[in-house]
Amino acid sequence: MNLITAIIKPFKLDDVRDALSEVGVSGMTVSEVKGFGRQKGHTELYRGAEYVVDFLPKIKIEIAASDESTQAVVAAIQKAASSGKVGDGKIFVAPLSQAVRIRTGELNDDAL
Amino acid sequence: MSKNPIELSYALDTLYLLVSGALVLWMAAGFAMLEGGMVRAKNTTEILTKNIGLFCIACLMYYLCGYRIMYPGDGAFSGYFPGFHGLFPNGDNTLSGLLEAGEDAAVYSNLADFFFQVVFVATAMSIVSGAVAERMKLWSFFLFALVMCALIYPIQGYWKWGGGFLDQAGFVDFAGSGVVHLCGASAALAGVLVLGPRKGKYGKGGAINAIPGANMPMVGLGTLILWLGWLGFNGGSQLQISTVSDANTVALVFVNTTLAAAAGGLLAMVTAQILLRKTDLTMLCNGVLGGLVAITAAPDTPIPGLALFVGGIGGMLVVLSVLAIDRLKIDDPVGAISVHGVCGIWGLIAVVFTNEEATLGAQLAGVASIFAFVFIASSVVWYVIKTIIGLRVGEQVEYEGMDIHECGLNAYPEFLNKA
Repeated sequence: MNLITAIIKPFKLDDVRDALSEVGVSGMTVSEVKGFGRQKGHTELYRGAEYVVDFLPKIKIEIAASDESTQAVVAAIQKAASSGKVGDGKIFVAPLSQAVRIRTGELNDDAL
Repeated sequence: MSKNPIELSYALDTLYLLVSGALVLWMAAGFAMLEGGMVRAKNTTEILTKNIGLFCIACLMYYLCGYRIMYPGDGAFSGYFPGFHGLFPNGDNTLSGLLEAGEDAAVYSNLADFFFQVVFVATAMSIVSGAVAERMKLWSFFLFALVMCALIYPIQGYWKWGGGFLDQAGFVDFAGSGVVHLCGASAALAGVLVLGPRKGKYGKGGAINAIPGANMPMVGLGTLILWLGWLGFNGGSQLQISTVSDANTVALVFVNTTLAAAAGGLLAMVTAQILLRKTDLTMLCNGVLGGLVAITAAPDTPIPGLALFVGGIGGMLVVLSVLAIDRLKIDDPVGAISVHGVCGIWGLIAVVFTNEEATLGAQLAGVASIFAFVFIASSVVWYVIKTIIGLRVGEQVEYEGMDIHECGLNAYPEFLNKA
């Protein structure tokens, strides 16, 4: 099992959600987050004085996936979230040691 | 029984003055929205409290003291020193009195004149609140408002509108580019210099930091409210409308006022786009107001084409002035000194292009005496208040916001980070 964390542009959320449904993902957690990457935000002018917009709004998606489905999920997110411009985001995959469905107590792959 | 025609014109002119005054009162809403939008969210309630509170103080002090100083009638000591006159000791006008006076008869009610004047002093005071926003103690500000409305504004107002030495010298200021706007801006400049900039506005190594306002919809609304109210400000200053020539002049004033505002906004937008790469809404709004301030000195004389010129230059000047004043480390969050001071001076000088009776000498004398008197008198008052009760809130209060410390409530509690 793996925990897949994707940071994407907010307006790409609907596309990513549809793409994930197509590869059989049945649940995900979404949060509104702020951050920056290699561009380190950008500067704007207000009444002639500069200010730095250093944290840009992003969406974080978290999905727990079985070992077999992980690559398909990652590929689906990568394809759907890409606009080809800077700031499209990142996908992180980390091993997941345990999963529990709270209602029934089922474990691991059965709980996904 | 048929009415005497004088009753009709008297009623019409009184109505006109009252409605114009009500429009000027509405400018207070414009200032409140403009300033409320240009400060940070944590200082919104406090700036609104200042705007409405100063209005109350202005009305009261002008009634108790200001009007009696500004319009002493025959009771003035000299062209420089007004007297102190009773507020309409003989009551209001009567029909028989008007008929007896013949050609010199009053054209509107005395109390309508008071009402029209009282909203002007409040406008002058509203200019100050924006410039000193986000760091001045509420009650120190109110204390200044008290002195400004009771003494400082009425004394220099007497010089022109009360028949004092500037009026006798031929100084032209139709609706108050000098008496109201330059006066307010001079007091604001003195306040800002005594007060100092907001924490974090100017950094190490000459850095100038932007402190963006929290609510741009309010800035837009406030600007349009001011534009509307300005029609009463300038249009009402003709003081009567019941003759063909007065009615035509009022119409010309409305057209010139609107065209100057439009030209000011347009040129401010273009200037901002060229200098700053983007069209800054706050610069556009300042430009509209700059055009309005500039035309206020003489909206009754130029042909509309010239009004476009006067307003347009005003709008361009605003943008350049906002940038320059920021470089001088004079922190004016809303641009009041640029809008009302710089454009007020430009408008007063521009009168010589449109009004044959105006002379450059008299206009410059007006600019110099209003600025010098109001700046010096205000500086003294600001210093005295600073010495007695202090002007600035503490660093912690400034950091956490004036709203919660001075007023006990936040403007937007739902959006507040629990930091």
